[in-house]
Order: sequence, then structure tokens, then C-alpha cells
Amino acid sequence: MPRIWKFGDSVNTDDILPGKFAPFMAGEDVFQTFAFHYVRPEFAAQVQPGDVLIGGRNWGLGSSREYAPQALKKLHIGGIVAPSFARIHYRNLLNLGIPAFEYDLTELLEDGDEVTLDAQTGLLTYADGTVQLPPPPEFLREALKEGSILEFFKKHGRFPGEEPGAEASTETASAAE
Amino acid sequence: MTTGAPPFSGSSPQTTRPQTVAEKILSQRGSAAVYAGDLAVVEVDQVMVVDSIAQSFIERMERDLGAVPKYPERVSIVVDHVAPASTVSVAQAQKEAREYAAKTGVRLFDVGRGICHQVLMEEKLAQPGWIVLGSDSHSTTYGAVAAFGSGMGATDIALAAASGKTWLRVPESVKVTLTGDLRPGVTAKDVALEMIRVLGADGATYQSVEIHAGDRFTRGERMTLANLCVEAGAKAGLVVPGGEILTDYGYDVPAWVYPDEGAAYAREVEIDLSALHPRMSAPSEVDNVHDVAELRGLKVDQVFIGTCTNGRIEDLHAAAEVLRGRRVDPTTRLLVIPASSQVMEEALQDGTLLTLQRAGAVLGTPGCGPCMGRHQGVLAPGEVCVSTSNRNFIGRMGDKDAHIYLASPAVAAATAVMGRVALPEDVAQVAASA
Repeated sequence: MPRIWKFGDSVNTDDILPGKFAPFMAGEDVFQTFAFHYVRPEFAAQVQPGDVLIGGRNWGLGSSREYAPQALKKLHIGGIVAPSFARIHYRNLLNLGIPAFEYDLTELLEDGDEVTLDAQTGLLTYADGTVQLPPPPEFLREALKEGSILEFFKKHGRFPGEEPGAEASTETASAAE
Repeated sequence: MTTGAPPFSGSSPQTTRPQTVAEKILSQRGSAAVYAGDLAVVEVDQVMVVDSIAQSFIERMERDLGAVPKYPERVSIVVDHVAPASTVSVAQAQKEAREYAAKTGVRLFDVGRGICHQVLMEEKLAQPGWIVLGSDSHSTTYGAVAAFGSGMGATDIALAAASGKTWLRVPESVKVTLTGDLRPGVTAKDVALEMIRVLGADGATYQSVEIHAGDRFTRGERMTLANLCVEAGAKAGLVVPGGEILTDYGYDVPAWVYPDEGAAYAREVEIDLSALHPRMSAPSEVDNVHDVAELRGLKVDQVFIGTCTNGRIEDLHAAAEVLRGRRVDPTTRLLVIPASSQVMEEALQDGTLLTLQRAGAVLGTPGCGPCMGRHQGVLAPGEVCVSTSNRNFIGRMGDKDAHIYLASPAVAAATAVMGRVALPEDVAQVAASA
């Protein structure tokens, strides 16, 4: 059963994947084995598919490096839940199709707790109950139906929220980014 | 060659209420007036790709999107993060970037030309009112000339190159007003660090920092201010045009690029420059800012002067002023890496590099250097580094047990002379030779 990996506030992109282990340096096939290399050296070897990462505020601050969340994707994590995300990182998660929910679970759950996360509905089940995580904003849900914003663009030739065939357009967004 | 978006037909979008600089730019580059909270799809004037993600970018373009750059003249690749190449895999990545540029007609700035943000500014590939996206978080730097500069990851960057557009949520703005005048020995870097302390490392997440500095600060100093805005989580850091931006570089500064009276801000902050002392960010978060005086005397193993934050000519001048006729302490090493070939040439010509070399500095190829711990001066366990760069995270410049302190070039140079954290005035204790 998937488990919780619990982190604190301000998990930065150098924590997630130090710059010197970028794929173009460490190698495309092995860079994910350096995820959390300094701050949780056991992570990459022990993480199981579906495991959920929880943290405090400002998850993913720092670099624009998409290969940081990509390392987590290659390790098949089930999602990330934190009360707030740094903006470039949040876009990278959306673009890679990694489920990300804005919610604080750090009071409720501990490292190693067994959980299941339904990425579609945002329903998280743990030993003593369930938590309904807040869904992403509407215009992102539209994109995530195709798997990611990249997949949406490929299929529709436009960005979510952009009028079909429009040169540029606007629409009111409800939340992040 | 036309580098920016095509001229816009007709008049500016019809606005219904006053706008911030960010709202103005995103309205001009979209099709309607937009305000904080709106989702906007906007034209992008310049897309910048760095060497470290070039392979991912090419893969997204060719394999995932099956696309070519819509406007090749609006895309630049810069080889700067590990330049010259340190390993065969890095050399291979850079080779693929060169081949891609040759094939598609996008611009390539190769090894030694300098750090992406410095190069784009020098080449006028970021201009007032433009939108510039870079695959590097410090793309906020373009805000020095009131360009909406923002960092994004490889996929977003590829989508922008393929479509000529991007999507963004129009950010709320934090207004930072600078008042008073700096004391001698206090610099734009100290102002930037103080701003990050006041805002906090997530104090401007998803927001735009709008800096009102009047006519103060050179373009280079404005770059330092805009550069650090991302350390408060900001999407952009826009410095309202003034001073030499209006007089010295021949920029076409559009009349609409200024904020409207009565624009709505999420937060307003004032920093009195006359009250500031030299500042230093201690490990391992950028907003952990102290007066240098509090940390004075701490033994330092390496000093690094360079990066997109502080590798410009005025930074090298500030360092040379402190180092002239003096020597780097024998128990400390000083690395100096100019931000670009243009900076290097200017510093060669005016004798600055000779001053630094004679003081015992080690000079490196223009580029990012050891800032993100990949080459050219990484740190061993337990080592202490004073750096003019922008991040002091655990493991950033090498081992996880190395300690990084961020400061201005003048403080860095004084620290190199003393071998310990020092203020510029401390070097008076060390007699300068003629």
C-alpha cells in the first residue's frame, strides 16, 4: 500500500534534485536516483509507486528545472499535497501531469502512514478516514482531462481557456497561476 | 531583424480601471484589458533556452509536439550553465543545442558569450513592455527594463516557442517604493536582500513585484533588484523605468508602461535606503538576512564574485576598488567570473581585471560558474563561501555540509582580503601598496 513521505516547509528544487544531478550531467536514465539525495538519501531507493509526498508551505521554491519533478514522475509518485506551491514548480507539475493539491496534511499524517490517493477525485484515504482535497481550478481541470497541458495543446492547438481559433483571449481564472 | 512581437494594430485595449505595470503589459500582449486574477493568453516577444534544459526542450518540440519554433527570431539558446562543458554528456547536450539552432534558425549564444540574462539584455532582446520567458528562474531580471520576464520549465518554454504565446494568470502586484539615498558602501545587492527579507521567501508567490526607484540605479543595478525578486516567489519583478533606462541605452520606452494612479496593489512596502547597512543572507534560505556586522569575523574558505545577480562591470569595479593594491588572504581563494564577454572586455580594457589578477583572484570564463554546484569551484564538506550569487540552499554549490552566505561584491572583496566576513571599510587595516 502506498505510504506518506512527510517534508517540512520550503522544500526547494535543490532539495528535490540537486543541480549537479540534472539529466544532462548525471544521465537521462539514472538522474531520478538522486531525488532528495541530500535531505532524504533513502528516498529514491525506498519510494514505491503511488506514494504521496506531503509538505508545508512554498513547496518547490527555487529553480525552474523541470527535471526535478520529472525525477519524481520517473519514480511514479502518486502526488504531492502541500498548502502552497512555488509558481514555476506548480506549472511544471501540471505540465508533467503530476497530481498536486493545495492542502496541509502535515498535522494529520505522519511519515510512513499508509494512504491511497485518487488523483481524479482528490479523495485521500488513510487508516482513520478520508480527506477530500480541493480540486484544481476549472480551466486546469479542462486541461488535465487530457492528462497534461502539453497533451491538451497537442490535441486542441490552443491553451486551456483560449477561445478556439482565437489569436489571444482572456477568461477569469479562479486560482493558482 | 524584428525581434519582438509585431506592432499592435489600433489603440491600447480599453481599460475600465487603473492598472499596474504587469496588468498593462499583459493587456498589451493579449487581446483585451486584463486585471489580477484573469487568465490571459499572451504573445511572447522572446523565449530563452539555457544549455541545461536544451535536450528536454528539443525533445518536447520534436518528439512531443512535432513542432518547429513559430518565430525562430524570437527564440535564443544560451550555453552558460556549464560552459565550457565539464563532461562528455554535457558536451553532447551542447552539441545537440548547436545542431538544433543551425537547423531551425534560432539564435545561439555559445560558450563564453556569457550568462543568459546578461546576454539578452546586452543584445536588446528584452525591452520595455515586452514579455520574455526564460527556462531559468532568474528570468525576472528582464524587469530591469520593465520587460515582463518570467521563468518557466522546459515544457512551458517549448509550448511558447511552438505557439508564440503562453498562458498566465495575471498576477497581483506588490508595490515596493525605495526612498532616500544609499550610504557609501551600501549597494543595490543590499537593497535586494533587504527587500527579500521584508517580503519573505514566499511573500510574493504568484505576484509581480513592482519596484518604484525613481531615477536611482543603473541598468545593471536594476538587474540585481529584478533578479532577486524570484527569491520572494515572484512571477515578475518590474522596475518602473527611470534614470539611465530613459537616457542611456536608446530604449523605446512606451508611454503606457507606467503604472496608473490608483492601481490596486496586494501589498505596499517602503524601504528607506538611507537606513540600510551592508546585508548578508546566511544559510540556507535567501530570506535569512542579517547585517554583515553581525557575521563579521566568520572564517571563509572561498569567495565567489559573479553570476546573473552580480557579475557586471559595476560589480567588478566595486570589487577592484576594495582589492586595489591588496592581496587575497592566503587561507582564502577568490573566484571572479564576469557575467559576459562584453563585461570581460570592458574590464580588460579599463584595467579592472589586472587589478583583480594582481590581488590574487582566479578568473573564469563568462558563464554561471559554480553558482549551482556543477563546476568551476564547488565546495567541500564544512567549507564556507561568501558569494555574490542568489541562492544559499543546502548543497547548492557542492557538498550539503558547505555553507553559503550571499552578499554584495564590495563585501565579498573585503571578505577575500580579510579571510573572514568583513565590511569594505575593514580593509583599511590592511595597507594598500601603490
